Amino acid sequence: MTTAAETPSDRSVLPITERYALLGWLRRNLFSDLFNSLLTLVALVFIFTIARILLRWAFVTAEWGVIPANFNLIMRGQYPAAEAWRLWLVIYLLGAVAGVTWRLISGQFSGAARVLIAIPFVLMLIPFFSMGTRLNLFITAVASAAGYYIEGYLPIQRRGRAAVYFILAYLVIMLLLLRGVGAEEGPMPPVSPILWGGLLLSLLLAFFGITLSFPLGVALALGRQSKLPAIRVMSVIYIEFIRGVPLISLLFMGQVMLQLFLPDGFPLVDRVLRALVAITLFSAAYTAENVRGGLQSIPRGQYEAAQALGLSAYQSTINIILPQALRAVIPVLVGQFISLFKDTTLVALVGIFDLLGIARTILANPDWLGTQQEVYAIIAVLFWIFSYSMSYASRRLERRLGVGVR
Amino acid sequence: MSENETADEIIICQDVCKWFGDFQALKDCSLRVKAQEVVVIIGPSGSGKSTFIRCINRLEEHQAGDIIVDGIPLTRDVRNIEQIRSEAGMVFQQFNLFPHLTVLENITLAPIQVRKMKKEEAQETAMGLLNRVGIPEQADKHPGQLSGGQQQRVAIARSLAMSPKIMLFDEPTSALDPEMIKEVLDVMQELAESGMTMLVVTHEMGFAREVADRIVFMDAGEIVEVGTPEHFFTNAQHDRTKLFLSQIL
Repeated sequence: MTTAAETPSDRSVLPITERYALLGWLRRNLFSDLFNSLLTLVALVFIFTIARILLRWAFVTAEWGVIPANFNLIMRGQYPAAEAWRLWLVIYLLGAVAGVTWRLISGQFSGAARVLIAIPFVLMLIPFFSMGTRLNLFITAVASAAGYYIEGYLPIQRRGRAAVYFILAYLVIMLLLLRGVGAEEGPMPPVSPILWGGLLLSLLLAFFGITLSFPLGVALALGRQSKLPAIRVMSVIYIEFIRGVPLISLLFMGQVMLQLFLPDGFPLVDRVLRALVAITLFSAAYTAENVRGGLQSIPRGQYEAAQALGLSAYQSTINIILPQALRAVIPVLVGQFISLFKDTTLVALVGIFDLLGIARTILANPDWLGTQQEVYAIIAVLFWIFSYSMSYASRRLERRLGVGVR
Repeated sequence: MSENETADEIIICQDVCKWFGDFQALKDCSLRVKAQEVVVIIGPSGSGKSTFIRCINRLEEHQAGDIIVDGIPLTRDVRNIEQIRSEAGMVFQQFNLFPHLTVLENITLAPIQVRKMKKEEAQETAMGLLNRVGIPEQADKHPGQLSGGQQQRVAIARSLAMSPKIMLFDEPTSALDPEMIKEVLDVMQELAESGMTMLVVTHEMGFAREVADRIVFMDAGEIVEVGTPEHFFTNAQHDRTKLFLSQIL
């Protein structure tokens, strides 16, 4: 060990470019040789030019007045203002459920939990929000914290089951609140889904499209691998038929034809539900193909080991095959769910006022002529926020489940 | 062990034939194994050894002949098949542990699902078995974090958790690094000494000589010769057996 002390002193000091992480990084990645340095400079000029144009537009040219003036429309469409408190209640409860879920996932007060609590506070900074809106956001933050602590109060073994009950109860309460119960004159009069719109409707269509198409897709994927020819052939026909048709034509078919397939005397299915059925059927076929990819990645030995232990086909599918197959396809599935979310904008073409539909109504109003750039920019930002959140959540989930590190 | 009883014959294979397409993998294979007997099957690769033991728990379907395991005839009847599978444990060359479950969950899954055992009871049994195969400290790890030898010992514990009457071993040490073979063979030897009925396909001649009650030599889908280890290694009758032994010893 004495030899180490004899190394010349100038060798024992890190070169300056390595001592400062940023400097070393710059040198290695951006200025490693002449050509690389030139490329870096060209790219900088390009980025600077684009950024200047964008920033000038955003802060100087753009007329942002259209957004505050139509904010409620963008958020909830034609949902009656008098009933807006129901939507806030839905949001409080969503905050609480998010708190519960986060506690379950992270276990302790991690950075992610802080981000969750911070979201409402960040939104409160939006300049044109009224004091009422800010107060509502504050209550949401409190609800998140409450959910987080209530879940933490439960013993660890019960948390998973409790979270599932919370979420299921939330879904029921949410639908009751949105649709309303009782008479027209009662405290919670019904609000037809035709009036739901804007971000509210886009998120609902995406959420129910995903949660309903997922089990259907898994069932179809298993059906396609079934040993029973009838089930296999029916699954293949369904999947290949749906995948051969564009979503927009399914949406039109749903609007005009769904009622024909239902029994006589079946109450008229509203427009929004018809669109949801079309989206679900469409997405299920793609989910099925993605899940099939996962099923095919499971080695034969896994099936054999399960069989050799005496597990039935059903037991081995539920316990051995599906958990591994689904884990393997999380990235593709989430990619597909994100594209489903963006595809919900197509419902604007069958007369439903989702985010894009609302944008088109605003722009059709003579008061707001010439504000396409502003309105579409905000719609794009909203879509980006939710799509990116999904992709971020999926990456966290992958890391947690150890996908790809086996 | 007495020679005259047939009642304690736990595996009976009579004229078993198996084809893969046009290729006949098993030709009239007959073998009777008594309870508590250790039978080692050896032979050149492609001789049908693995296919033969995989027919016994219906991982492969035989097309002619009879197989009776513990009095249950192996037919197309799913109930019979599942009953035989829960009586016959199998250990694979590639371990085939379930990578998404912990070691403990790997072992308790089948007792809980198939035998309807309580979770706590299954975990207690599993810990006992992990002690027996010498790796209780690995219970909460995932299979991917274990060495090959440890994984194979978990696989043995997983099969034992179903309290099988028979254990089938399909080349259990062929995928292992040399230094890990012994730890697995030691577990198998202990199992044999405890009175387990075992059918072992292996290339480990030392194990065959020391542990086997009988050795079966297979070649080209046929059972060529059956005998005790002494008979086998000193006095093999058949030319094909002699040729095989001369190549590997």
